[in-house]
Amino acid sequence: MTVLEFTALVLVGSMVAGFLGALTGLGGGVVIVPLLTIFFGVDLRYAVGASLVSVIATSSGAAAAYLREGYSNIRIGMFLEIATTFGALAGALLAGALPADALAVVFGLMLIASAYLSRHRHPKLPADLPPDPIAVRLRLDGVYVDQEGERVYHVRRVPLGFALMFVAGGISGLLGIGSGAFKVLAMDQAMRLPFKVSTTTSNFMIGVTAAASAGVYLRRGWIEPGIALPVMLGVLLGSILGARVLVGARVLLLRLLFALVLLVLGAQMIYHGLWRHF
Amino acid sequence: MGASQSSDDERFERFLAGLLRIGVVLSATIVVAGGVIYLGRHHAEAGTEKYAQFVDEPELPLRTLREIFSAVGEVRSRGIIQLGLLVLIATPVARVICSVVGFARQRDFTYVALTLTVLAVLLYSLFLEGP
Repeated sequence: MTVLEFTALVLVGSMVAGFLGALTGLGGGVVIVPLLTIFFGVDLRYAVGASLVSVIATSSGAAAAYLREGYSNIRIGMFLEIATTFGALAGALLAGALPADALAVVFGLMLIASAYLSRHRHPKLPADLPPDPIAVRLRLDGVYVDQEGERVYHVRRVPLGFALMFVAGGISGLLGIGSGAFKVLAMDQAMRLPFKVSTTTSNFMIGVTAAASAGVYLRRGWIEPGIALPVMLGVLLGSILGARVLVGARVLLLRLLFALVLLVLGAQMIYHGLWRHF
Repeated sequence: MGASQSSDDERFERFLAGLLRIGVVLSATIVVAGGVIYLGRHHAEAGTEKYAQFVDEPELPLRTLREIFSAVGEVRSRGIIQLGLLVLIATPVARVICSVVGFARQRDFTYVALTLTVLAVLLYSLFLEGP
């Protein structure tokens, strides 16, 4: 395969990944690493580096669109970024210490967990928890607008949410992904934020989180321009297109298909890590 | 919290979103420019074999600001692509720096301190942490 063929094929693959990721809300970054390693035989470290760069691009590119809707909470985002950036730094350092095969197995487990989370219906939550004193002190509570007008929301269980965000940042730095699904889970389930607020705030945080590990990756030589070129441009274009397409009810079917893809890729990553070796 | 503060927050968020968009567009433009030169020069070379195994000491390392800028100075296409990626990595950092200023103008010093902490982690990761 020549450089031109490699670049063109990875560009198309990354566009599809970014497109489906934006359409299903599951993020395209997670399929980039298996795509590069399993189908193109790229070393896992280069794959993780290229994936991380594409995560920063999609997060920053989508932030403008999200912010027009005005749901993201800049205070919650900034406060939780302390947890995610420390986590990302720790994750990036751990990634350098682990052998590639072990990283591949962890990656596979993460893909399977993401597939499960995307299918799992969360129980309806009781809204009568007491307000968290930390949230009050840091003025994290906010307002968002829906059809019924302005709604005030309160932030609960800040320490638990903060701890989960450290883990989410760690996963991001370890595997070169945005780990948006885990961030949303922490904000939804632990801190009880309205769904729209948690998804948009999570997107806002992903870029800063990824930047915290990108410096470490860069100096370690994991960011290879020849690979990052088609991955970053492809995922960015794909996600911009995906965010503009309205598919209505078919999203459910797409989410199911995407979850199945994640499951298969996860199994393959574990298989390669354990028996074929990277 | 009063209405004036939340509208301040809103305006501020809009500004940050614009900043992010400029960073992404600038980065993508540099990456595309470098990519065109790169493909023009190297399109017929073997594309995948050299990526099959991570190389710890490459011919042209692009890992520090100095290495990247000197490669750009020599109009090395891979160096130009890497510069574009560097702009991309710097974009969220610029956002955090602007947030420090924004919170300071609101005289919200708790958040100035929180944001400076995030900035310190980012700068440590970018400049200080060993390989």
